Amino acid sequence: MTRRLLHALPAAALALALVGAWEGYVDLGLVNPIVLPAPHEIASVAWSNAGLLAANLELTAQEVGLGVLLALLFGFVLGVLIHLSPALRRAVYPLAVGSQAVPIALIGVLLVFWWGFGVLPKLFVIVLICFFPVVVTTVDGLSAVDPDQLKLLRTLGASRWQALRFGELPAAVPAALSGARIALAVGVIGAYIAETSTATSGPYAGLGHQINADINGLQTPRAYAAAAVLFLFAIACFYTLALAERVLAPWAHRPRGESR
Amino acid sequence: MSTQLKSRDRATHESDSTRGGVALQGVSRAYRDRGGASVAALSGVSLRATHGELLAVVGPSGCGKTTLLELICGLQRPDEGTVACGPAVLMPQRDLLLPWLSALDNAALALRIAGRSRREARADAGALFAELGLDGFQRARPHELSGGMRQRVAFLRTLLSRKPVLCLDEPLSALDAITREELRDWLCGALVREPRTVVLVTHDVEEAIVLADRVAVLSARPGRVLAEIAVDLPRPRTPTAPAVIALRQRALHGLREGAHQL
Repeated sequence: MTRRLLHALPAAALALALVGAWEGYVDLGLVNPIVLPAPHEIASVAWSNAGLLAANLELTAQEVGLGVLLALLFGFVLGVLIHLSPALRRAVYPLAVGSQAVPIALIGVLLVFWWGFGVLPKLFVIVLICFFPVVVTTVDGLSAVDPDQLKLLRTLGASRWQALRFGELPAAVPAALSGARIALAVGVIGAYIAETSTATSGPYAGLGHQINADINGLQTPRAYAAAAVLFLFAIACFYTLALAERVLAPWAHRPRGESR
Repeated sequence: MSTQLKSRDRATHESDSTRGGVALQGVSRAYRDRGGASVAALSGVSLRATHGELLAVVGPSGCGKTTLLELICGLQRPDEGTVACGPAVLMPQRDLLLPWLSALDNAALALRIAGRSRREARADAGALFAELGLDGFQRARPHELSGGMRQRVAFLRTLLSRKPVLCLDEPLSALDAITREELRDWLCGALVREPRTVVLVTHDVEEAIVLADRVAVLSARPGRVLAEIAVDLPRPRTPTAPAVIALRQRALHGLREGAHQL
């Protein structure tokens, strides 16, 4: 336990130093608090708006969780298909790359026109933003399999499908999980983009929507409080997935099997 | 060896007895190196291993031994000549155990590929674990095993594919001296109990003579057959027996002659 605390010490020290510098910068009157509120003010606003922030976080977390999950599924399946079919690779890869350049605000209206004010347009935006790193890492992971391993599977009588199932797919899991980590980190900002580019109805519209509304309403401290919640949420997501990797791909945390 | 496995194997062997051997006729094979130049790996190689025979192929490194095995296993096609052989399985030089599978699941891989359920495959492979001195390591992952254990798991995986022809690519070369001797004895015993046609590639002449019925001596690249030596000695053979040493001299002499011809 003490070792774990020692491990967290550098991160805590750095965060404290940054917040301290920020606090000093504002307290010395070097910046107008409307433009940049002091950390202590953000903390007190967060405390008094805890209910609102929690409700908005719940919505945003659902969007991120579901969206990233869909992106992982879609990205992994697409990666496998691209790996299996060179024609599909040539057909899909340029489109997938181009899709990353689509300005979301442009299609937000269309998405709402198609699917209404619910969660669906937001999920689409998150999937669009997050699937790409999963595709790239999956394709790379699948083709990084030791060719001798595939030869061996062939002499053991494996069909193409069995070579994929016993050889390539498990070998690609660690790489795909790296893609998932990137996707999750991007997914949080993806949720912000989704919430601010598609219209929403209902009392709580998510942290991203709240941030935009608070900026426009000159409630800068509350916008910063919401951003801080997003910030912490992204970190929590990242480390949760890192833990999941240990369960899903325990061999990836050890020296590779073949070498002595 | 479980009796169930034995009887199944015998059945396989009887049905394959006509095509359980290996015959290479005038085989040549070249590959392209990184610069695109054609490099001859094998040149006019004719070799034969009858059903149940253990043929050892010795030669200096780079004599196309691995190419030879891949030709027999159907992973490559000859440029010239013919390869006739029953279904063959390759045990590569590196054990190539799958790091995400336990030792037991690695050993059972061929059974899973043959369409058996995980439970059945594990039961069949598990029955042989104690005999291989692997008991207690069923659930260990490959990186937790010693080199000798990994090689035994790899051999078990090869054996359980139940193909009539085994191609072993330097199965013992990566091991320390003591483990190598242990595993060599074990291999002899296993092949007595489960006879197969074996093509064993090695650079260790002594190992070849202790294990094989016949030893083919290959030249340096491109590989050609320099000599074939029949090993008519009773088993088990010890490396220090005078007859083994005499044959070893003959094989080494063949290798040296080959080197002079170049």
